[in-house]
Amino acid sequence: MKRFAALFQQVDQTTKINPKVAALAAYFREAPDDDRLWTVALFSGRRPRRAVTTTRLREWAAERAGIPLWLFEEAYPVVGDLAETIALILPPNTRETDLGLRHWINTLRGLSDVTEEERKPVVLDAWDQLPPVERFLFNKLITGGFRIGVSQKLMTRALAQATDRDEAELAHRLMGDWTPETTTWHELIVAEDAGANLSRPYPFYLAHQLDDGPEALGEPSDWRAEWKWDGIRGQLILRGGEHHVWSRGEELMTHRFPELARARDFVPDGTVLDGEILAFAGGQPLPFNALQKRIGRKTVPKALLRDAPVILYAYDLLEWQGQDMRDRPFAERRAQLDALLQSLPEDAPLRASPLIEFDSWADLAATRQNARDAHAEGLMLKRARSPYLSGRKKGDWWKWKLDPLTVDAVMIYAQQGHGRRANLFTDFTFAVWQGNDLVPFTKAYSGLTDAEFRQITGWVRKNTQARFGPVRQVTPEHVFEIAFEGIHESPRHKSGVALRFPRMSRWRHDKTVQEANTLDDLKEMLRQYG
Amino acid sequence: MVLEFTERGIYCPAGDFFIDPWRPVDRALITHGHADHARPGHARYLSTHAAAPVMRHRLGEIVIETVGYGEALRIGNATVSFHPAGHVPGSAQIRVEVAGEVWVVSGDYKVAPDGMSEPFEPVRCHAFISECTFGLPVFKWAPQDEVAAEINAWWAGNAAAGRASILGAYSLGKAQRLLSILEPDIGPILTHGAIENTNAVMRDQGLALPDTLRVTPDLDAKAHPGALVMAPPSALGSSWARRFGPASTAFASGWMRLRGVRRRRAADRGFVMSDHADWAGLNSAIRETGAERILVTHGYTEIFAKWLRSEGYDADIVATGFEGESLDASEDAEATS
Repeated sequence: MKRFAALFQQVDQTTKINPKVAALAAYFREAPDDDRLWTVALFSGRRPRRAVTTTRLREWAAERAGIPLWLFEEAYPVVGDLAETIALILPPNTRETDLGLRHWINTLRGLSDVTEEERKPVVLDAWDQLPPVERFLFNKLITGGFRIGVSQKLMTRALAQATDRDEAELAHRLMGDWTPETTTWHELIVAEDAGANLSRPYPFYLAHQLDDGPEALGEPSDWRAEWKWDGIRGQLILRGGEHHVWSRGEELMTHRFPELARARDFVPDGTVLDGEILAFAGGQPLPFNALQKRIGRKTVPKALLRDAPVILYAYDLLEWQGQDMRDRPFAERRAQLDALLQSLPEDAPLRASPLIEFDSWADLAATRQNARDAHAEGLMLKRARSPYLSGRKKGDWWKWKLDPLTVDAVMIYAQQGHGRRANLFTDFTFAVWQGNDLVPFTKAYSGLTDAEFRQITGWVRKNTQARFGPVRQVTPEHVFEIAFEGIHESPRHKSGVALRFPRMSRWRHDKTVQEANTLDDLKEMLRQYG
Repeated sequence: MVLEFTERGIYCPAGDFFIDPWRPVDRALITHGHADHARPGHARYLSTHAAAPVMRHRLGEIVIETVGYGEALRIGNATVSFHPAGHVPGSAQIRVEVAGEVWVVSGDYKVAPDGMSEPFEPVRCHAFISECTFGLPVFKWAPQDEVAAEINAWWAGNAAAGRASILGAYSLGKAQRLLSILEPDIGPILTHGAIENTNAVMRDQGLALPDTLRVTPDLDAKAHPGALVMAPPSALGSSWARRFGPASTAFASGWMRLRGVRRRRAADRGFVMSDHADWAGLNSAIRETGAERILVTHGYTEIFAKWLRSEGYDADIVATGFEGESLDASEDAEATS
């Protein structure tokens, strides 16, 4: 664990990319196979199954530290991270050992097989022999969410340096449903890649936001346009007589969308499609909240399959007849895709997301204004000759979203953030007027500068009217412009509406509370855009 | 009541004076020279001998009387004495006795010695007025020599790699404490003007500090390879700091105990060093006063008062003009309070 802790510290102690990559590469060169395999797993979002609930961890840590549980609970939001709070609050370790990362992961895996009473001494014993940084990492292994400033991309780059392999090829190898239990360092990284893993997706290519309009992109004829859909980005893989559906977050979603199984009836083996999973009925996409009901469900009840059926709106062809197509120009891939999908029957769970014809940028700008009518959130622009790259690369793919909708709302509750926002009030609840009452309708967490968050934090501390656990009710005094991408009906919310991607777009110092919008204004927006 | 809490500050009716008042008054007793305790505009000041030079430096022409630690003064019907608070050189707790009842205003304090400030002395009292900037059990300070070793290793590593080391610390107190623990053999030490001004005041009053070189507009910043540059936190990331070329940046503050704060500051390193008491320090200081009544002024007041009550103290919160409440402001202001 000391080697892993040293790596963590090197990475954590710098904000610069190159030293991080260098530290990771050195680690990948030197660490034992099992440790480096687990490190790759952790930095690509894989972790051992949680063996202890966070409730128990808090109780055990408070008990070991000799403080009441309420005091632990008060300290937690200040620190903003449970694993760290525990590491900081415990008394110093009484002895020191140096057992590898794999040892501790195996210890945690072993906990699944024993009763809760038997887990406690194991965890306490670990705390007692790990110095603070290792203790923090051990707790992170239990609580998950191993986000410590190393993106998968950065890790892959370091891995490429350490192993002298091509970064894109490694990125592809690391995709899919492997875990350190099902593979080895050799198999995953070193061995000749026979494409043994038939379910493996390609790394997704992500677009950049287009802020200033498309004129600077050059000739319109070099570009292709599509609607930008508000669904779930997914890859459909048809290989070896099976099908697999992957999310952009590398989550296997095959069983969540059983409709897509029928794709095998229409598309030959050796095909991989990139597209948007959308709830779809009557020949057009349904709003995102229809799809939302399907998210997070491992199995889907019949009624939901009927009310919110999904299709894959495909916009790219990554593999065709078993051949990787990613180096071919987009226009060619796209033509092949259209040929493949054009003659499918109405009830096929696959369609090609239509290309939008345009002659000039002005022409396209006018079309973009109709995006909401098409149930889209804007346009995608793709360079006709572009290959399918991996990750977010600037230049060939752009998303040109509609300007968001906005309302002016009053801040009524505030809560402290987590991680690097710990100890700052960053999570707010906003309200609009209904007669003389302020009705809460949305939360928002982002959009302000650090300086603004500091300013509002000072204000919240001085203007707290009541505390409900971590939530503070504040004097209704500040008006914020809330921007959002969509609005829909929601019986679960007091206001009756729910917003899509709400954030604070401006602090309206110029507006009094009385000038904020009303619930009727929101209902009117719901009628127009819902 | 020996002391009352008024809009102007902590007031002693028996002696008709204020302690660390935040609005102008006739007579102000001052615990130490930081901006939120020693404010301008009072008609008369009283402080320790050792706190006065910095106050004169900061506040200009003031009418100030000084007193030695432990020396009893009679003011009206109150007996007053100053006792070391261990916060910064010259800092004091102020003991006020009226008709046999003793209250102590501790100002800001830390219990672990820093080798420079007069070490904290517990004062027995009936009521103790305490800060609690770091009044949560997650705040624990390592011994100073361990932090010193970390800082010197960071500096030496940077010097070997041809980088400057820019260390952010408040000009009064923290900066001199850091200077006192640096290993001057590693390389030259450069200082921002704001810090060097305070250094000059403190050297004049006999404090031993290593040799430093003031950064002036005509200084060739790159002619001092392997330098450690001491600057106020606000200078980090500014154009002022860019003159030193490739550099590693760091802050020294108690808040650096929290990883979230360290990351937010976007410095390369955060060293955990504070001139305020940690959790254990607050608790031991309070215990050693023997006081039953504890009034907490600034910091995690609600939580800390609740904790003290659960430990059997008669504890309350009093609102003051002292800072250290807001964390982000206090990353700079921790030092100011």
